[in-house]
Amino acid sequence: MSETNYLTTDYTLRSWFLTTDHKRIAILYFASLIFFFFIGGAAATVIRIELATPQGDLVSSDTYNRLFTMHGIIMVWFFLIPSIPNTLGNFVVPLMIGARDLAFPRLNLMSWYIFMLGGCTTLFAIFAGGIDTGWTFYTPFSTLYSNSYVILAAAGVFIAGFSSILTGLNFIVSIHRLRAPGLTWYRLPLFLWSLYATSVILVLATPVLAITLLLIATERFFGVGIFDPRIGGDPLLFQHLFWFYSHPAVYIMILPGMGVINELISCFSRKEVFGYKFVAWASLAIAAVGFLVWGHHMFVSGQSLVASLVFSFMSFIVAVPSAIKVFNWTATLHKGLLRFDAPMLYALGFIGLFTIGGLTGLFLACLAYDVHATDTYFVVAHFHYIMVGGMVTAYFGGLHYWWPKITGRLYSEHWARAAAVLIFFGFNLTFFPQFILGAEGMPRRYHIYPPEFQVWNVLSSGGAAILALAYLMPLFYLGYSAFFGPRAPANPWDAPGLEWQTSSPPPEHNFATQPVVTRKPYQYNRNFQAEPQNA
Amino acid sequence: MTERRPPLPLVGAWLGLLALLALTVTLAYVPLGAGNAIVALSIGTIKAGLVAAIFMELRHRSGLTLVFAGAGLFWLGILLWLGLMDFMTRT
Ligand code: HEM
Ligand SMILES: [Cu+2]
Repeated sequence: MSETNYLTTDYTLRSWFLTTDHKRIAILYFASLIFFFFIGGAAATVIRIELATPQGDLVSSDTYNRLFTMHGIIMVWFFLIPSIPNTLGNFVVPLMIGARDLAFPRLNLMSWYIFMLGGCTTLFAIFAGGIDTGWTFYTPFSTLYSNSYVILAAAGVFIAGFSSILTGLNFIVSIHRLRAPGLTWYRLPLFLWSLYATSVILVLATPVLAITLLLIATERFFGVGIFDPRIGGDPLLFQHLFWFYSHPAVYIMILPGMGVINELISCFSRKEVFGYKFVAWASLAIAAVGFLVWGHHMFVSGQSLVASLVFSFMSFIVAVPSAIKVFNWTATLHKGLLRFDAPMLYALGFIGLFTIGGLTGLFLACLAYDVHATDTYFVVAHFHYIMVGGMVTAYFGGLHYWWPKITGRLYSEHWARAAAVLIFFGFNLTFFPQFILGAEGMPRRYHIYPPEFQVWNVLSSGGAAILALAYLMPLFYLGYSAFFGPRAPANPWDAPGLEWQTSSPPPEHNFATQPVVTRKPYQYNRNFQAEPQNA
Repeated sequence: MTERRPPLPLVGAWLGLLALLALTVTLAYVPLGAGNAIVALSIGTIKAGLVAAIFMELRHRSGLTLVFAGAGLFWLGILLWLGLMDFMTRT
């Protein structure tokens, strides 16, 4: 390789920590997220070991509370929310729109520093003694009773929120203003539509979380009556505010994954995504309707029956655009020339696991069933099927797909497929038993349980061990590939997107000449060869 | 971004906000019954308007920027509407 690329232009530490190159910032984020994933994963490991037996023999109740809180807070705000947008998104958005960088490169770097500041603040709270409120910070526990580091942990989440907002802003402006000539909205790859929808949620919802956390601090420190009815507050206000953010936030944690799946399914079926416009608008519909359903987390909280009915109904509506996507992906597979490379295995896994997660969401959206299932392992299984089975799987799929572009190296296809299959297997063994446990009534957030539940818990813990091993595998074969793998060509999958029309890894400014787009995305000719968007 | 703006409107808006704050505090001690809440919320709205128009410079913007700013307002409306739906119908 004679030409320099973004990795070889400069090797100094300074050139990394002061970079404004979206590709390098993606890698900074990537390294940080691996770190947080391990911390969150370590907590999960202890939880699963504890739950292998009905007695509380490994940790005390108090420690257990701190463990699942730490797991939830780290995984939601310091891993899953930034996962795909800030790593894969950061890397490929400018490439996909044919731009030299995002609209605000310095803001992009700043968002990473803010994220790290927030992450370190929360980590400090965790290691100083921990938080025992659960990731949801429910009042009055968080304002009145908890003696743990609530405010410090919340401060970290508050700070990290600004990094979310900046990233959302950057993506929105970039997609509006920096598209290459000829790249109309309906020629955008669907990954960009889904990131656009995600960004809208990031910008509109995150401020509400920030305000809510500030209000907790206000009540906790100054005794101002906001949530406490004895001093004039409303006891449900916290849950309304929190879920007004956090339900949309669960879509922040799935839309980018859905976006990745479009790219994978189309490339490995050698076909255009079926019903492009429906899939594109489904992303925006999810983002918008997702703001109207938050009360489904409050069915047993004392919320009014009228409100529960409306929120239940809206929750059924919000499943429609998700279902459109699932049907369109399956239709894309139909009569395609399927190739089962590792990214495709992840994509197929995503479709099945996401569908189970989404459909069980509908169970929970039924008022009567939710009374039985709320706060049981059924809910835990539901959201893990979406967040881990869906989003984390999509993250791994996207990572394998763009890996040759990011590093300029190829990885071992054998190991990659083995890991994909093992993740699927380990995941189901871990979380399927939790549906059964939940349906039988095992509550979440307790570490001591009746012995009848042990069989399913042992299966779940066994699955978790497999899953943990499977998640470690890519660290080795991808790590090896990054330094010793064979060089990747510019377009190893023969895909039509703009990101594949520049060298691997891309040069510092992405394209030697400004690409001009002449086609819709995902076009393949009769011999199943890609027709580049900028031919 | 590089052009320098006369600080006059900024200072003016700031003084205006302080004046409105003083007004809020004063009126809070005048017993108006339900009127207190109405007065406080109205003054709050005017303050938010000042911030949007002058500090956020929305009065110089058009098109897409206003659409996005309006979206913020609209989403706040959703929060109030569905949140109050619970509050007003509780038994
Ligand atoms: C098809 C659309 C969906 C519906 C109808 C739905 C429905 C529900 C309902 C009704 C609950 C409350 C259960 C309870 O606490 O009793 C719930 C909980 C939850 N859902 Fe979903 N859901 C959907 C999609 C998602 C997605 C896409 C995600 C994440 C990416 C997600 C993540 C969660 C989480 C994290 C919780 C538990 C929150 C907690 O209490 O800690 N859901 N879901
Ligand atoms: Cu929800």
